[in-house]
Amino acid sequence: MAEPFLSIQHVRKSFGATTVVEDFNLDVAPGEFVSFLGPSGCGKTTVLRMVAGFEEPSAGKIVVSGKDITRLKPNQRNVGMVFQAYALFPNLTVAQNIGFGLKVAGMPKAAIDSRVAEMLGIIRLPQMADRYPYQLSGGQQQRIALARAIAPKPKLLLLDEPLSALDAKVRISLREEIRSIQKKLGITTIFVTHDQEEALSISDRIAVMYGGKAEQVGTPFEIYNRPATKFVANFVGTLNVLEGKVTDAASGKVQVNTQEVSLKGKLNGSKSGDTLSLALRPEAISLGRQPGHDTSLSGEIAEVHFLGSVIRVRVGIGGNTVSLDTFNNSATPPPVVGEKADISFSSGDMLVLH
Amino acid sequence: MKSGRFWAWVVFVLGAAYFFIPLIATIEFSLRMRRGVYSLDAYKVVLGDSQFQATFMFSVIVAVFTILLGVLIVVPTAYWIRLRMPQIRPIVEFITLLPLVIPAIVIVFGYIRMYGSNSPLPFLATNTGANALLVIGYATLALPYMYRAVDTGLRTIDVRTLTEAAQILGAGWGTIISRVILPNVLIAVLSGAFLTFAIVIGEFTMASLLNRPAFGPYLQNLVANRAYEPAALSIIAFVITWGCMSLIQILSRFAPKSANRPN
Repeated sequence: MAEPFLSIQHVRKSFGATTVVEDFNLDVAPGEFVSFLGPSGCGKTTVLRMVAGFEEPSAGKIVVSGKDITRLKPNQRNVGMVFQAYALFPNLTVAQNIGFGLKVAGMPKAAIDSRVAEMLGIIRLPQMADRYPYQLSGGQQQRIALARAIAPKPKLLLLDEPLSALDAKVRISLREEIRSIQKKLGITTIFVTHDQEEALSISDRIAVMYGGKAEQVGTPFEIYNRPATKFVANFVGTLNVLEGKVTDAASGKVQVNTQEVSLKGKLNGSKSGDTLSLALRPEAISLGRQPGHDTSLSGEIAEVHFLGSVIRVRVGIGGNTVSLDTFNNSATPPPVVGEKADISFSSGDMLVLH
Repeated sequence: MKSGRFWAWVVFVLGAAYFFIPLIATIEFSLRMRRGVYSLDAYKVVLGDSQFQATFMFSVIVAVFTILLGVLIVVPTAYWIRLRMPQIRPIVEFITLLPLVIPAIVIVFGYIRMYGSNSPLPFLATNTGANALLVIGYATLALPYMYRAVDTGLRTIDVRTLTEAAQILGAGWGTIISRVILPNVLIAVLSGAFLTFAIVIGEFTMASLLNRPAFGPYLQNLVANRAYEPAALSIIAFVITWGCMSLIQILSRFAPKSANRPN
């Protein structure tokens, strides 16, 4: 990466005896959209609040454009933020809300009016200028909150779970809108979410967090297909975990159920006789023996869930249950519970969890 | 069911009678100054009395200063406690309740001993000082009402998130309190202000013992020496108080709707 725009260096945050963020490091390039993804309590919001200036790190530093902002107050950082609870000022109209930061900065009224109109155009709500927040829907309020955050042209945009209070349909349309506005303005953005689909769909990179640490930082493709840890593999996407035993470490042979699978180059120092956790995404597995798949296992259909375009099938294999997805085809009836069935996959799709 | 409704009406009628009969009797008595006919003579006498005007104006001015002092003390305190120190809220609530259990006469004797002309802070040595002490005393008496009103108002808004939203947009503490917090709790502040006004207008003990020309001592003096005028004054005071309460109701309709919580 060239010179990072935002650099979070060895940041730690403790509240009394409890450490909620531990040695957190991240460099963000100019214009990049990075998501912090993790379960509740993993420290993602605390890191965001430290970048905003609402919390002071117990150790480490935060640098923006080469300037150390660790001890600056929130109102001195030139950072925009959108909150989960919208946080629009109830006593101000939409236009006054958007113009708040500009007025605080002492901008002339004509310039404020022009910028507010521009922002309302960007979020496609030009007719809402004179409304009060209580007259708007949740999605509209969050778009206004976004406009208010970007109106003063901040260096950095922070989004603290901005979609979690909205219903499913609005979430999808608004996340696409946020991404499109972010790309258009080229503003460096940090997005906090616990929703993996949100993070995977709109991020340039994702930092998966757990226990106050970044477990893995990578592109959505890397995070999904090459999870670095067992936590990342389990947290991002659906995963089948199978137990395997290394039979020949030198050639990468691992026994799964009664079958032998070749995992050459993936064993990462495991010795013959070691037990391994092996993972497979449902979409990597096919029902029946398919050409190109070098491994197959036999079992019995345990559950069938019809999800519309996709049918999720759970197959019992030895002591394990494996989920797989097949596309719905009106010409082919779905599998029946209790039927004998083979599954197949490519051993190259199998992940060894560490 | 029907029996329950009957007894509910009985209780309602008894309660209304307890409230309205003395009121109607006072109004009726205040109109009987002229022998044999109803007239507004008692009201004309009271309203035409220069002492009435002077004492009433004095109390109104003291009430305005008391409200300003109360707002200056209570709003930042209640705001800061909600924002940064919620753990000390029970202690502050207890302190604000003390004026309800400590009689005004105890407070004012304390003032006289503490701020007499020989003390390091001789408030009572001058009229201005004594007036300032009266305002401070009234602000103390009104503290339970003002604090509760403001705290209730702050409870209806998400103080922390609104503060952070304003901070991140560049606002300092002055801007946050004056342009974000105060406008959103204005109705609550006004409720506290009107209650303060009602307390100050009729207060006797402090004004009398600090020897201030306030409306309370004037009222007491009139009651001791006249027959019909005190009744007229009571009705005037009653109308003022009810006018204040009605204003709270009217103003609450213009309160900003809370929209800072997710639907």
